[in-house]
Amino acid sequence: MGFLKTEGVTKSFGDKKVIENISIRLDEGELVSLLGVSGSGKTTLFNCISGLYKPDSGRVLLNGEDITGKPGKISYMLQKDLLLPYYTVLDNVALPLVIKGMKKKQAREKARPLFAEFGLGGTENHYPAELSGGMRQRAALLRTYLCSDGVALLDEPFSALDTITKSAIHEWYLDIMQKIKLSTLFITHDIDEAILISDRIYILSGVPGVISDEITIDEKKPRTNDFTLTPEFIAYKKRIIESLRLSQ
Amino acid sequence: MTRKYQNITSKLAPVVSIFSVLLLWFALCEGEVVPAYMLPSPIAVGKAFVNDFPILMQHAAVTLQEAIYGLLLGIVLAFVIATLMDRFPFLYKAVYPLLVISQTIPTIAIAPLLVLWMGFSMAPKITLVVVTTFFPITVSLLDGYRSVDADAVSLMRSMGAKRIQIFRYIKLPGALTQFFSGLKVSASYAVVGAVISEWLGGFKGLGVYMTRVKKAYAFDKMFSVIIFISVISLLLMLLIAVIKRLCTPWERIKDERSQTE
Ligand SMILES: Nc1ncnc2c1ncn2[C@@H]1O[C@H](COP(=O)(O)OP(=O)(O)OP(=O)(O)O)[C@@H](O)[C@H]1O
Ligand SMILES: [Mg+2]
Repeated sequence: MGFLKTEGVTKSFGDKKVIENISIRLDEGELVSLLGVSGSGKTTLFNCISGLYKPDSGRVLLNGEDITGKPGKISYMLQKDLLLPYYTVLDNVALPLVIKGMKKKQAREKARPLFAEFGLGGTENHYPAELSGGMRQRAALLRTYLCSDGVALLDEPFSALDTITKSAIHEWYLDIMQKIKLSTLFITHDIDEAILISDRIYILSGVPGVISDEITIDEKKPRTNDFTLTPEFIAYKKRIIESLRLSQ
Repeated sequence: MTRKYQNITSKLAPVVSIFSVLLLWFALCEGEVVPAYMLPSPIAVGKAFVNDFPILMQHAAVTLQEAIYGLLLGIVLAFVIATLMDRFPFLYKAVYPLLVISQTIPTIAIAPLLVLWMGFSMAPKITLVVVTTFFPITVSLLDGYRSVDADAVSLMRSMGAKRIQIFRYIKLPGALTQFFSGLKVSASYAVVGAVISEWLGGFKGLGVYMTRVKKAYAFDKMFSVIIFISVISLLLMLLIAVIKRLCTPWERIKDERSQTE
């Protein structure tokens, strides 16, 4: 399990400042969501945290170590599932281990036992094109988990799913997070989703994007869909909508 | 049931069309629309092929050797050029126009030059095949490298992949499908390229055989060797299709999908 912190991260493209002075933290075992309208700079922040971009200023700390601008330390699931069509599901999932220097055979053996856990049993030797949308997302999650050192960044991992599949996958994900001891930073557009699964929520808003609010969800997990009908839920939702609106 | 039926008709279509052409040819000769010395009948061509079969095989072995060596060298050359061009953008800008210009030079024009430079051995023939085949492979490889999803590269980088690993695990397999379509085109050029180079000098090969039967005005033999050459080209393309199938197993799923749709 790991923890993560950013200190005053700022990033511009040319003259355009996209995010400014972002300081957030992710504690051990937490699931923290980042909510914001489209174009507010959520993915940009993730690219900075993962080391793909070097921020103009500020630092990124993983377990206390400065990893600013150093890719390969945090596992990152990008906005699309990006399973490579020319590898089997097993080889796709094992790829990060191979990249890290593990022998192909060994990497496969390490990945194989997790397939059942991720609801992917029997798909090992299929190609991604043969999987359903939900299975592809789970496979991408499995790949993300396999190369993680306890922290994962997920950029809208469930956005392609319908509501029913979504709530099933939420339940499953929270469950698996506990089992495999993973701390997760999570981007979403979906306010209900954020309230249902997060320990805390950051609101990113404005141009350039800044953290305009931080909300702790106190409700005990797992939260069922019934929770969405309670006054507490509505209150959270109201506050989030206001924070998002304030910035515009 | 209907699908099966459609499948049979779609497989039958080329057979029917080829057969119709043969039939038309046969009718033209039988009806003496065209004099027999100008257009020999398919039967005469068949006979010529059977009579000269052992000689044709000997010549074909040489031509095929030139074509395959040339094709293999063409692949190696294309791979080196395309990979370097993809790695260094300034090379891409500098070399691409040269590649295109090189393609506007007619093969038939440089063949005699090559013979002058290299003599009557196999070398000029193989060189000519290389020259004609490497371009389609280079271009298809370049396109293949460039078709790779930039986000997939980002993903690899986020995993800590080095440049060479990105090449090995993303670019190379990502370019394979396009590489094979280029290779298929090149294969069809290879045999023809070898034959053309043999016209201009040499002692063995289907091109040499062609020049000999042409001098003898043996139209039937001429036709039989022309058809034979196109059959060889087709077989070479078929071989490449088989290799492609083995090397790109994931394409099969796509094919099955598009068939059931
Ligand atoms: N590589 C880049 N070069 C230039 N501008 C960029 C780049 N990446 C992002 N931007 C700009 O930064 C802004 C924020 O983009 P970003 O992708 O971070 O938004 P987002 O919050 O993830 O949006 P969405 O919810 O739609 O995914 C956008 O205006 C975008 O045009
Ligand atoms: Mg985004």
